[in-house]
Amino acid sequence: MDEGRPIFLQIAEQIENDIISGQLPEETQVPSTNEFAAFHRINPATAGKGVNLLVEAGVLYKRRGIGMFVAEGARARLIDDRRTRFADQYVTPLLAEAAKLGITPEQLSTMITERSTS
Amino acid sequence: MTAVVRTRGLSRHYGDVTAVDDVSIEFEQNRIHGLLGRNGAGKTTLMSLLTGQEFASAGTIEVFGQSPVENADVLSHVSFIRESQRYPEDFQVRHVLATAPRFLPHWDQEFADRLVEEFRLPVKRRIKKLSRGQLSAVGVIVGLAGRAPLTFFDEPYLGLDAVARQLFYDRLLEDYSEHPRTIVLSTHLIDEVANLLEHVVVIDDGRIIVDEDAETLRGSATTVVGPRTAVDAFVGTREVLGREGIGGLASVTVAGLDADERRDAAAAGLELAPVSLQQLVVRLTGTSEKEFEKSA
Repeated sequence: MDEGRPIFLQIAEQIENDIISGQLPEETQVPSTNEFAAFHRINPATAGKGVNLLVEAGVLYKRRGIGMFVAEGARARLIDDRRTRFADQYVTPLLAEAAKLGITPEQLSTMITERSTS
Repeated sequence: MTAVVRTRGLSRHYGDVTAVDDVSIEFEQNRIHGLLGRNGAGKTTLMSLLTGQEFASAGTIEVFGQSPVENADVLSHVSFIRESQRYPEDFQVRHVLATAPRFLPHWDQEFADRLVEEFRLPVKRRIKKLSRGQLSAVGVIVGLAGRAPLTFFDEPYLGLDAVARQLFYDRLLEDYSEHPRTIVLSTHLIDEVANLLEHVVVIDDGRIIVDEDAETLRGSATTVVGPRTAVDAFVGTREVLGREGIGGLASVTVAGLDADERRDAAAAGLELAPVSLQQLVVRLTGTSEKEFEKSA
């Protein structure tokens, strides 16, 4: 867990990452709130808040008396969301750092092309 | 949500000294609360008042809706693990473990036995002969296995090594998950327990200076680092929680920043660093971090 960011957001992100990577396939059960709490050594209420965030977003759903499961179509939706945030989260800071070092967007573009083909 | 503890205008004076000063707080049921502050800030006095072991000079205390003073009904639901608990002269560890259940109706013997084994506590040794860490382990075991609906731990880990402290945190979380109850944890080792807490109260010089959800506090402050002029320009009239500097560099801790402000700071070439709960408490109680760790 890193400092300074709400832990429940980090928990939610980790579950999202596991869904995107395929580690948690759709319709499989996710660990319980208490299991998350024990594993990450955090307050169970905090873990529950992270899980609930995903329930509200329709990524997870509750089966009464059994537990939480990954919803159908969750992976595609999460990838969509992440793509829309990609520019803000990665491209903007990349451009800012490049500008600081005097790297032009054109040079940056060349660097990216070189990297991705090598 | 129900508050199991509620104080209004609570004060405790010893002659000229005010140990607890006009404290009005609530501890909600079935949460883990952190009671944080420096040595002598009033943590132990406050907990003694809440458990009926001290008398208030002014103000009111309700524990489970009643005054805790001389109130057997309330106190049977309360457990207070003191940092320097006294035991009868000839008591061995097993005597403590045999006596505790009489005062703690929710006692779980199996759990206690398991903890004794895990903490490797010599049950036939006299309390007086125990090391500081073993003595702390006795308190931890009584506090955990007692499962009192309201349990106070006052610096429960003194002398415990890192392994034993981790064991305490793990068993606390595990057992709390299965048997929710109200826990108040008073500690110096804020970084170690920060993630366990749901609610944080910081006491300084007898007064409550923070009374907030742990998640709200987390990320409520940011340290801005960069050239002094740029930092000063960015900080402007914001509330400053702490300031350090070396040469032309400044490091200033300010209250929460939103996404736009973060972007502005980054555009101005400033570094932003998160502030941990421990750092925040250090800033708020006005002492350098080094001093704070030394007092632990």
